[in-house]
Amino acid sequence: MVIKTLLVSLVVIGVVAFIAQQIDPSNAFAQWRNPGARALTADQFKGLVISGLSQGVLYGLIALGYSMVYGVLGFINFAHGEVFMVSVYTGYIASHKFAANGMWESNFLLCLVIVLVLATTVATATAILMERIAYRPLRNSPRLIPLITSIGVSFFLQNAVLGFFGPSTRSYPQLPEWLSKQYSIITFEISGTKLMVLAVTMVSMAGLWYLVERTKTGKAMRAVAEDKEIASLMGINVNRIIVTTFGVGGAMAGVAGIMFGLLFRAVHPMTGFLPGIKAFTAAVVGGIGNLGGAMTGGIALGSAESIAPMMILEPLGVPGVTQLKDAVAFTVLVMVLLFKPSGLFGEQLSSEDRP
Amino acid sequence: MSHLLEIKDLQVTFGGLNALSGLNFHIDEGEIVSVIGPNGAGKTTFFNTISGLVEPTSGDILFEDESIRGLDPNQVTALGIARTFQNVRLFPNMTIMENVMVAQHCRTSQNVIGALFQTKAFKKEEEEIRENAKEILSFFGSRLVGYRLDQPAFVLSYANRRRLEIARAMATRPRLMLLDEPVAGMNPKETAELTELIGQLRSEWGFTIVMIEHDMRVVRDVSDRVVVLDHGVPIAQGSYDEVSINPDVVEAYLGRPVENKS
Repeated sequence: MVIKTLLVSLVVIGVVAFIAQQIDPSNAFAQWRNPGARALTADQFKGLVISGLSQGVLYGLIALGYSMVYGVLGFINFAHGEVFMVSVYTGYIASHKFAANGMWESNFLLCLVIVLVLATTVATATAILMERIAYRPLRNSPRLIPLITSIGVSFFLQNAVLGFFGPSTRSYPQLPEWLSKQYSIITFEISGTKLMVLAVTMVSMAGLWYLVERTKTGKAMRAVAEDKEIASLMGINVNRIIVTTFGVGGAMAGVAGIMFGLLFRAVHPMTGFLPGIKAFTAAVVGGIGNLGGAMTGGIALGSAESIAPMMILEPLGVPGVTQLKDAVAFTVLVMVLLFKPSGLFGEQLSSEDRP
Repeated sequence: MSHLLEIKDLQVTFGGLNALSGLNFHIDEGEIVSVIGPNGAGKTTFFNTISGLVEPTSGDILFEDESIRGLDPNQVTALGIARTFQNVRLFPNMTIMENVMVAQHCRTSQNVIGALFQTKAFKKEEEEIRENAKEILSFFGSRLVGYRLDQPAFVLSYANRRRLEIARAMATRPRLMLLDEPVAGMNPKETAELTELIGQLRSEWGFTIVMIEHDMRVVRDVSDRVVVLDHGVPIAQGSYDEVSINPDVVEAYLGRPVENKS
């Protein structure tokens, strides 16, 4: 209760102080909290929104993998962040191969499509192998056991990549000029990369929605999520559906990986860790097991960690706010768990879990 | 003539408990057979074993002269055995239509690629699945069709959930249908109606039916043959009239009469 009150009052005071500063940076309330208060310009604010959004959709895309596996098998696959990392590395290798023979500059779009397909395939394969080797033998054991195994798989993949590529940060090749320059869309200044990230994510999301809601495989997935035993009695091959679920989740992480690579242009063996944990947070925020929730959770989390430092922490006079992104993200997790443990859009539980 | 389903020396053991032992009997095409017996007699275990949820300890199950022992439940369903449950188990968050559509999973051939490109074959099959589902649902009158089709299954009343479960079993296009207490918890009017429907399942749809039932009026009205289980052992088989006066059966249900010491 004390924690709840404290957190809420912190947010409220921060927002009030922010508004006070926006109206007049020299007003008494704003000065009381933060003597060096400055108002944000509209352009700065829009910039924060855009970067929050493009980061958020990536979290959402990864979160889908967490959510789908949770929906079908009821455990959190903590190695999912590593599937994402594998995809970023695949993109790194492929793009440098293209850059070496000059194709990256001369025919960027074609390269991008090939890299995207390649990375998605590798990520899908990683996810499927992971299920086959690590999780299937544990299908009938208590849920805690695959959960712990997934942490093991995560360490294994991190260290395998560390062994192959070393600990140094590698960077993606230079992007063409039309992608890195700024575009102005209805008063929003947005870089070409971010625009592409948003577009590709929308397309993947729409594809996934269609798969789950409209196709036979999607119906079978939902049936398996609700009741595996009955699904198998309906003639559904449960193992195949579980593999498909891992595969589709992996593909989404694969797409997210390439987008991440283009956005930040850097990769190291721990790349998957923080986005993985944040995506898990996004899945919880939106309501785990709920696909729309995972996406909205991702966008909410991305926006929160991009905007909240400037909007809540800066007016409170906290020093070095731009370093506090991660703290904000996990505070959001704590708050959701305190106030609405089932997430913003509610958990979708299978009938075995339903009371 | 070979039998549709043949049970040979079936034994199922859980730990040290014999849930079923020495079960031997057969079911012919077009029959309605009732399995009765006191609670804990092994009736549901018997169904679970046929449908592949429980692996038999020994013995064999032949469906159309081929062993189905050790097959996965989805393979058993694909061969043509469907079942319902004593405690109704639908997919509560899926719509009524989807519940029936998903049951046709193993009878359809189109895949994601077809869905992605919206091929003609895909659209045609999708249309067929919908038509089939509607036809099956209208077997139960107007209760499960019309505005109901797109409602999630959890809104249904208890009796309608039972009907939907039977509809879902019908949608897998079985040869043999296993009904686990189909009228449990229904009122006398609903029971009478469902009893009639069970008869129609055979006469109109051509299913062979095995059912577990406690309501003796239903058993008497629809079954050709009755098998009585007690403690996992078959104690009597035959027509309802034969079985109902069998002393072993009476004893299993009512207990041994107290002998008068004179």
